[in-house]
Amino acid sequence: MPPVEVVDLSRLQFAVTALYHFLFVPLTLGLSWILVIMESVYVMTGKEIYRDMTKFWGKLFGINFVMGVTTGLTLEFQFGTNWAYYSHYVGDIFGTPLAIEGLMAFFLESTFVGLFFFGWDRVGKVTHLLVTFLVALGSNLSAVWILIANAWMQNPVGAEFNPDTMRMELTSFTDLLFNPVAGVKFVHTVAAGYVTASMFVLGISSYYLLRLRELPFAVRSFAVAAGFGLASTLSVIVLGDESGYTTGEVQKVKLAAIEAEWDTQPPPASFTAFGFPDQASETTRYAIRIPWLMGLIATRSVDTPVKGIKELKRDHEARIRGGMKAYAALQKLRAGDKTPETLAEFDRNKADLGYGLLLRKYTDKVVDASPEQIGQAVADTIPLVAPLFWSFRLMVGLGLWLLFVFAASFYVLARRRLYRSRWVMHVALWSIPLPWVAAELGWIVAEYGRQPWSISEVLPTHLSVSSVSVGQLYFSLSGFIFFYTALLIVEMYLMFKYAREGPYGAGTGGHHTQAATGAAGAAP
Amino acid sequence: MIYVFDYATLKLIWWLFIGVLLVGFAILDGFDLGVGVLLRFIGRSDDERRVMLNAIGPTWEGNQVWFITAGGATFAAWPLVYAAAFSGFYAALLLTLFALFFRPVGLEYRSKLADPRWRNAWDWGLFVGGLVPALIFGVAFGNLLQGVPFHFDADQRVFYTGSFFGLLNPFALLAGVVSVAMLAMHGALYVQLRTEGDLQARARRAAFVCGAVFLVAFAIGGVWIASGIDGFRIVKMPPAESAFTPLAKTVERVPGGWLGNYGQYPWMILAPVLAFAGGLLALGASWTRRAGTAFVLSCVGVAGVVFTAGLALFPFIMPSSSDPRSSLTIYDAVSSHRSLQIMFWVVLLFLPIVIAYTAWVYRVMRGTVTEKTVRESGHY
Repeated sequence: MPPVEVVDLSRLQFAVTALYHFLFVPLTLGLSWILVIMESVYVMTGKEIYRDMTKFWGKLFGINFVMGVTTGLTLEFQFGTNWAYYSHYVGDIFGTPLAIEGLMAFFLESTFVGLFFFGWDRVGKVTHLLVTFLVALGSNLSAVWILIANAWMQNPVGAEFNPDTMRMELTSFTDLLFNPVAGVKFVHTVAAGYVTASMFVLGISSYYLLRLRELPFAVRSFAVAAGFGLASTLSVIVLGDESGYTTGEVQKVKLAAIEAEWDTQPPPASFTAFGFPDQASETTRYAIRIPWLMGLIATRSVDTPVKGIKELKRDHEARIRGGMKAYAALQKLRAGDKTPETLAEFDRNKADLGYGLLLRKYTDKVVDASPEQIGQAVADTIPLVAPLFWSFRLMVGLGLWLLFVFAASFYVLARRRLYRSRWVMHVALWSIPLPWVAAELGWIVAEYGRQPWSISEVLPTHLSVSSVSVGQLYFSLSGFIFFYTALLIVEMYLMFKYAREGPYGAGTGGHHTQAATGAAGAAP
Repeated sequence: MIYVFDYATLKLIWWLFIGVLLVGFAILDGFDLGVGVLLRFIGRSDDERRVMLNAIGPTWEGNQVWFITAGGATFAAWPLVYAAAFSGFYAALLLTLFALFFRPVGLEYRSKLADPRWRNAWDWGLFVGGLVPALIFGVAFGNLLQGVPFHFDADQRVFYTGSFFGLLNPFALLAGVVSVAMLAMHGALYVQLRTEGDLQARARRAAFVCGAVFLVAFAIGGVWIASGIDGFRIVKMPPAESAFTPLAKTVERVPGGWLGNYGQYPWMILAPVLAFAGGLLALGASWTRRAGTAFVLSCVGVAGVVFTAGLALFPFIMPSSSDPRSSLTIYDAVSSHRSLQIMFWVVLLFLPIVIAYTAWVYRVMRGTVTEKTVRESGHY
C-alpha cells in the first residue's frame, strides 16, 4: 500500500495540472469553429473584413493554443510518472485511445495550425479555409479520443481482468468506442468549449462596442458569437440533462452524491434544489425539494427508483465481501493453483475484485479483513457529498445564466436594438470568465465524484500511484506551480494586450478603417 | 476478433513501430531541438533569430507530435515500459517536461513584444527547451544500455531503486553528448538549407563542428559498449506466443553482450554503418554547399543512430541491473494480442495519411526564409 502522502500529493498534482490544462482547451475547441465560420463567410462573400476577423481572432487563438499544447504534454507524461501502477493495470485499454488521439487528431491539428498562421499568402482562399477547418476538426477529434479514455474511467466497459498478466485487458474495442458515457460526455464537453469561445468573442466585441471602436468588426463578431453561443448553450444544457440520465444508469453513486440523496425515495424521486448536506449524519438540512424531477432526469420514468446512498452502501458491502473471495482465488491462481474449482471461484467473483482492492488501504491481507476494516472500506465508497452537491448546483446556475446572456444578445441583435442596449454589452463583457468557472466545476463533479476509484469499481485511486517519494512529489509540484503561475501571467498579459489593441492595432494586416467600411452599413 | 498476425509476430512489429515513431521524432523534431540549441549562437541579431524561428515555425508543432505519439504508442503497446521508465526516471522526465514548456510558448510569444529583454529571455528559454530534452533523451538511452536499477513485486508494481544523479554516469553523459551534438548538427543543416548569407555560412560551420563531435563521441560509445559494458541475454522464457509477466523469465549478464545481435545477424551492422556514413557524407555535402543532400544524409545518420541503439538492446527495451529477470523485453512488457492487433491497423491506416499531409505542408512552406520574408509574412 503506497503512503497516504504520496497518494494525496499525486492526486493534488493531477487535479491542479488537469484543471489548469482545461483553462485553455475549451477556447481552442470553440474558437477554431468560430474561425471556420468567419473564414467561410470571407470565402463566400469575398468581404475583406471577414478575413481580418479570422486573422485577429486567430491571433488570440494562437496565444491560447500553445498553452493548451504545453499543458497537455504534462497530462500525458503524468500517467507514467505519477500513476505507474494505473498505467500497468489499464494501459492495455486506456493507452489505445490516447495513441489514436495522437495519430488521428493531434497530428492533424498541429500540422495544419502552422499553415493556418503561415499559409495566408502560400495557398488559395479555399485551401486556407480547408486548413482552418482541419485545425478545428483535429482539435475536436482530439476531444473525442480523450473523452473516450475518460469515459472508460467512469464506466469501464469492454475489458476483463487477466490473472496471468495481473491487469485489465481489452475484450471489445467497439464497447470501448461506443461507451454510452463517452457519447454524451463528448457533446457536453465540446459544446461547453463552444460556449466558452462564444462568450470570449461576445465579451471582447462588447468591449469595442462600448468604446465605439472597430464597430463594423465588432458587430459582425458579436453576431457570430451570439448565434453560435446560443445554439451551443442549448446543447450543453440538453446534453447535461442527457448525461444526468446516463449517470443515473451507470454511475449511481456519483448521482446520489451530487443530489445528496441519502435514502432511496419511492419513485419518482424528488430533486433537492437546495440544502446543506451533512455526511456524518447522512441528512440534508433545510432541503428544498422539487417533486418528481430527479426520477424523470435519472430514469426517464415515473416508476423506477433512484437508489440512495444508504442502500448503495449496503450493496457495496456485499461487493466488498465478493471482492475478498475474488482476491483469495486470485492469490491461489498466482501461486500456480490453476484447478477448475479455483478458476470457477475467481470467475464467479471477479467482477467484485476492485471492491476487494479497496481493503488494501487498510490491510495487506485482504482475505481476512476485519469487520471494522470492511466498514471503513464501505464508507470510502461514497465520495464527499457537499463539494459535489455545491459544484454541481453552481455549474448549472452558471449554465442558465449564460443561456440568458446569449439569448439576450441574440434578441437585441435580431430586433436591431444592440446599440441601444448597452447593458447587454456590459453583461457580456463581465460574463467572460463564467464559462471557465462552469467547465472547471463540471470536471470537479465528474472526477471528484468518481472517487475512491481511478477506474470505477475496478481500480482504487490509492493503489494507482507510482512508487515515488514525497520529496520527488514536492519537487514536481513546486515546479508545476512555479512554471504554471509564470506562464499564466505571461499568457494573460499578452491576451489582454492584444485584445485591448484590437484588430487594427495588432498588426493583423487589415487595411479597413471604420470610415471606409461605413459603420452605418453594418449597424443592425 | 480476427487476428491477422500471431501474438509473437505482433510483438516484433510493435518494436518496429515504436522504432519508426522514435526515428520520426528524432529526424523531424530533432532539427527543431537543434535549432533551439543553436539559436543564440548562430543567430547574432534579432532578425537572424527570427529567420531561424520562422524557418521551423510552420512545421515544428506537427513535428513535436511524433514525440507525443511515440509516448502514446508506448503507453498503448508497452504499458510496463511506460510505467517503469516514466516513474523511474521521475526527476529527469520532469526536467524534460519543464524544458519542453519553453518551446510552444517561446516560439509563439517571443516576437509578440519588441522589448529586447523579453526576446532575450525567451531565446534562453528556447535554448533550454532544445538542449535539455536532447541531452536527457541521450542520457536515458545511455542508461538503458547499462541497465537500470528497478524490480517488480508480485502485484507487478514497479520499484526504482536508483537515484537521479546515478543516471548522470560517464557513459550516459557520453550518450547525452552524442544526442545533443547529433541534433545540433541536424538543426544546423536545416538552417543551412532554409536560409542564406551570413547566417547560412555560420550554420554550415556549426554543422561541421557539431557533426565532428557527434561522430567521435558515437565511435567512442561503440568501443565502450564492446569493451566495458555488460549486455543482457535471455536464458529462458515462456513461448513468445503466450502472455506472461517479466518475472517469468531468466536473464543473465554477458560482457560485451550488446554486440551479440550484430554477430548473429550481420545485416544489422547496416545501422551503425548508416549512422557513420550518413553523418560523414552529410558534413561533406554541407561543406560543398549541397544543403539539400546534406540534410537528407543527416536524416539517414540520425535514423542509423536510433536503430543502432535499438538493435543492440533487442529484444530488451529496459534491462534491469538490480534484478535482471525484471528486465522489460518486447515479449513481456507488451499489451494483449487484441490491443496490439487493433493498434496495428490504426497505425497502418493513419501513419501514411499523416506522412502525406506533413509532406504537403513542407512543400507549401518550402523555400528560403529571409529577413524580408519574415517581415512580410512571418508569424514569429
